[in-house]
This record gives sequence, structure tokens and C-alpha cells, in this order.
Amino acid sequence: MPFQNTMGDYQTRQTLETFGFLPPLTQEEIFDQIAYVIAQGWTPSIEHIHPSQAMNHYWTMWKLPFFGSVDLQQVISELEACHRAYPDHHIRFTGYDNYTQSQGSAFVVFEGRR
Amino acid sequence: MSKTYDAGVKEYRDMYWTPDYVPLDTDLLACFKVTGQPGVPREEVAAAVAAESSTGTWSTVWSELLTDLEFYKGRAYRIEDVPGDKESFYAFVAYPIDLFEEGSIVNVLTSLVGNVFGFKALRHLRLEDIRFPIAYVKTCLGPPSGIQVERDKLNKYGRPLLGCTIKPKLGLSAKNYGRAVYECLRGGLDFTKDDENVNSQPFMRWQNRFEFVAEAVAASQQETGERKGHYLNVTAPDPEEMYARAEFAKELGQPIIMHDYITGGFCANTGLAKWCRKNGMLLHIHRAMHAVIDRHPKHGIHFRVLAKCLRLSGGDHLHTGTVVGKLEGDRGSTLGFVDLLRESFIPEDRARGIFFDQDWGSLPGVFAVASGGIHVWHMPALVTIFGDDSVLQFGGGTQGHPWGNAAGAAANRVALEACVKARNEGREIEKEARDVLTEAARNSPELAIALETWKEIKFEFETVDKLDQG
Repeated sequence: MPFQNTMGDYQTRQTLETFGFLPPLTQEEIFDQIAYVIAQGWTPSIEHIHPSQAMNHYWTMWKLPFFGSVDLQQVISELEACHRAYPDHHIRFTGYDNYTQSQGSAFVVFEGRR
Repeated sequence: MSKTYDAGVKEYRDMYWTPDYVPLDTDLLACFKVTGQPGVPREEVAAAVAAESSTGTWSTVWSELLTDLEFYKGRAYRIEDVPGDKESFYAFVAYPIDLFEEGSIVNVLTSLVGNVFGFKALRHLRLEDIRFPIAYVKTCLGPPSGIQVERDKLNKYGRPLLGCTIKPKLGLSAKNYGRAVYECLRGGLDFTKDDENVNSQPFMRWQNRFEFVAEAVAASQQETGERKGHYLNVTAPDPEEMYARAEFAKELGQPIIMHDYITGGFCANTGLAKWCRKNGMLLHIHRAMHAVIDRHPKHGIHFRVLAKCLRLSGGDHLHTGTVVGKLEGDRGSTLGFVDLLRESFIPEDRARGIFFDQDWGSLPGVFAVASGGIHVWHMPALVTIFGDDSVLQFGGGTQGHPWGNAAGAAANRVALEACVKARNEGREIEKEARDVLTEAARNSPELAIALETWKEIKFEFETVDKLDQG
């Protein structure tokens, strides 16, 4: 049998950085990742954009980052509210790290229709 | 009253052994591992090292009396046993800051590891560590961008970056080389890399390589929606040519270039780092020739010193070894110099080979690059050892995939993200390596094939250069 018959063809995919190569995270998995960000002392934040502009550095911020004491459930309900308001948009969760003055983590929770 | 001139040869220890000296905050401190010739007292050898690496010479000279040598001399101020080693000892030397030109790693090394290493009273000499005073650190430019700026520019957060050196390292034409780059990047890598040997040989001249690679980077970015780069090696025969290559990379809109800082030299490296700062270019640093200098446990310079020198001279990435792959590297010692590259204050920690507190102030951090003989089974250990602020580079481990570069890249990316996700969930990914990877492979045929291909490959040899322990 020619070896091509057993070889897979890798199709290029549009991906959205961290966790873009994993299957969509389940609700429980999303909770775990948000809990990790909160446990690091980072400030959770939500941003969104139309898929056609996903390469932009600046996505539109949903309200302000959640400074101060943060409740996991509060973050989840804000993510859902953002998703309801912008059902076609990508919605990204980020954790701002004020020590490194960067983001400790960022991943897309809801993917918009492309 | 001035001193009188007394010609002749004096014992070094009369002037350079000062056990009561308390080092100043502005002193540059060095720890040498010294192996003297039999019968020579330790204090005399230590003093000789201090003298020969600072103001002294073998004979008294009259012109010494025209200056204040008490102000300028290096001082051996402490001697310690080396654990588990009877013939060697550690000598600690303090150098006044004014012995060194500001911002010049070249000058520091010319003094500290210059003539003294050929000194006949020594059998072996190894520079184990340098404490750079913050006053001197502030005269150095350091990494052109640093970890945080690079993450922001490339939009990559919360995970190590993934790279790959294009193979075969020599002999590809520019267009075929660009093809290999494109395949890796479209498959999910963040970076590809020129091999250190790739400069501008007859089979592939640098202009042609840069142009084809630029197209590969642009196409893969467009198709994946992620930001990508290829380390374009601008290491060249002379500085003028190096800058010409760097300028062309910038004209092509490329985000990152590369330099070999030991073979290229600190003068070239510091100049290139300044150019990168000015031109907003990231700088990847390879370390060819380091093992000639740092591998012998009793002679040469420990890599932690070469790493500190690079952070001061400038570079955004530095190869550190992998601990688990085909190249030399003790785990504790590697963790020590990885901290020296990335953190802003690193306390003395003999268990990791760090002899001094080191304060870097606001000097940007350097990504640790793990590269060499690693494959997908190593991913859980690599993520644990190196953490997020690292670049993990799988050369053979990407391009050796049975389906080719893109599938190999995707396999590594899936494995990386699965490890990061599991770590964040609180799992011990090094212990649960097999479970984490096989779970991830259920959704990735590319990863399943990769796990099958490399399941038996290990590199288990004893490390030659271990930390000194009793």
C-alpha cells in the first residue's frame, strides 16, 4: 500500500491563540481557568470583537476589568451578558497582571460566527 | 607622606589578600573556583587572581606610585572550601566599579577572565558567578524589548511559546527553506528559527532566504489569524554586513532577528541589541561555542555568568538547554540561571549555584529557550521546569512527524496547550504526563501519531558539569 494512503493531510485552521488547538472548553473547564486567573491575583477582564477584526490588538472592552475582590460566578454572568449582547463576536477572557504590567493569561471563551 | 619605591617581586597576598574587607554596594564581586599548583598557599593564589585580574602585575613598577592603588585594586576577601572537592577552593574577589567602562561587558570580561586564566600558578580557574552592582547594571541597555513587550507585540499570553529550528540545518535552497518555514507556522508554531550555522552560504544567500521566509511568515499569519515570526540570523563576518542584514529584515517587516553572541562577540552583540531597541525589533540569541567555555567543572566560565552577561549586553531570548533533551544540563543549575534571565531580583542560593544576590533593577527579562533533542513526550516536564516565560523548540520533534511539518507543529501545539490547561487546573502534569497527553491525543490524530513515533526516545547520560555538593 502506498504510504500516502495512511498519511493524514493537515488542514490549516484559523485559531485564536491560547487553547485555540483544544476542543471548545466545557463550562466546567472554563470555570477552572477563570479560577486559576483569580487565584494568581490577576484582574479578570472581558473583551469582544467581530471575527473580521480578530487580528487587532485592541478588542472592545466589556465594562471595566473586575478590580478588587472577584467572585467566579460574577465573572461567568458578565461573560454570558457580553455574549448575549454581541452574539456574533469573539469573546475573550483576560487576566491583567499588574506586577508584569502585562496579561498573565488570555483565551477566547465564545467564538463568533466567521 | 608619599610611599617609597621598592623594586622587586612581592608576595601578592601582601597587597591583594584583605580578609577584613567589607565589599561596597558598588563593587563588582566575583567568585572563582581555583585549583592552584601544589604547595602554593590558598591566600597567595587567591590574591594572585585578584591582582592579575585588576591592577597588579608580577613585579612592582615605579609608576604605581603615581596613582592610588588602594582605590583601584581588586581584593580577594574570602576563601571557602568547595563541597566534595579537596584540591579546589572558592575565592571571592571585589573589584571597584571604576575599573570598568560603563555599559561594557567586553571590558568586564577582558579584565576578569583575561590574562589571569593563563597564569602559571594556577592549574585550573573557573569563574563561577559575578555580582553586578545595580550602579553598573544601570549603565547597560539590556534586552531590546524583554518578555512583557514581546508578549504584547505578538499577542501571546498564559503559555510558553513554541518554536522550531528548520532542518536539515545546511543545504536547502532559499525557496525550499521557506516552504519548511511555512509548513511549520501554518501548523501552529509561533516561531521558526534559522540554524546557527545558517549565515549566507553558497547554497542559500541571505537576501534570498529573507525574502522567501518573509512570504512564508505573511502567508501563515493570514491563514491562521495568529502572529508569527522567523528568527532571521544576521550573524555575519563583520559588523557592517550584520547591520545590512538587520536593516533588510526590518524593511521586510519582520518582527525578530537572531545573533550568535559568543562566536559573534559581545561588541557585535551589544551593538546589535542597541540597533534592535532603536528599531523595535526582537532579538533571539543563540549560544554556539558556550560548551567550550562552560562545560569543564574546574576551568572556564560557568554558563550562569555568560547568561548574566547576555542579559546586560542585550537579547530577548537565550538558549538555556533543556534538562531533558540531548544536550547537557543539570536541573537545579539550569533553574538557577533561568531565574537570572527572567526575574528582577535573585537571592543567593547555593543549592542552585547562585553565589550572590543579584539586583537587576528595571532591566527587562529574557525568555529562556529550551531547544535540542526534545519531543512531545517531554512537554509536561518542559512546561513544569521552564514555566510560561519560555520558548520550547522542537526541531526534529516537529519536522520528523510522519505527516510532515504542519502536522508535527499541530501535535506540539495541542500537547502544549493540554499541559498548560491541566497545570492551571491544579494537576501535577509531570507525574500525570501519560494521562494528560493521551487524553489530548483523543481529539488530535496528529498528536496520536507523534506520541507513537517518539515513544522510545530518551537521552539518559550523566551530566558532566554538576553543582558542587559534598
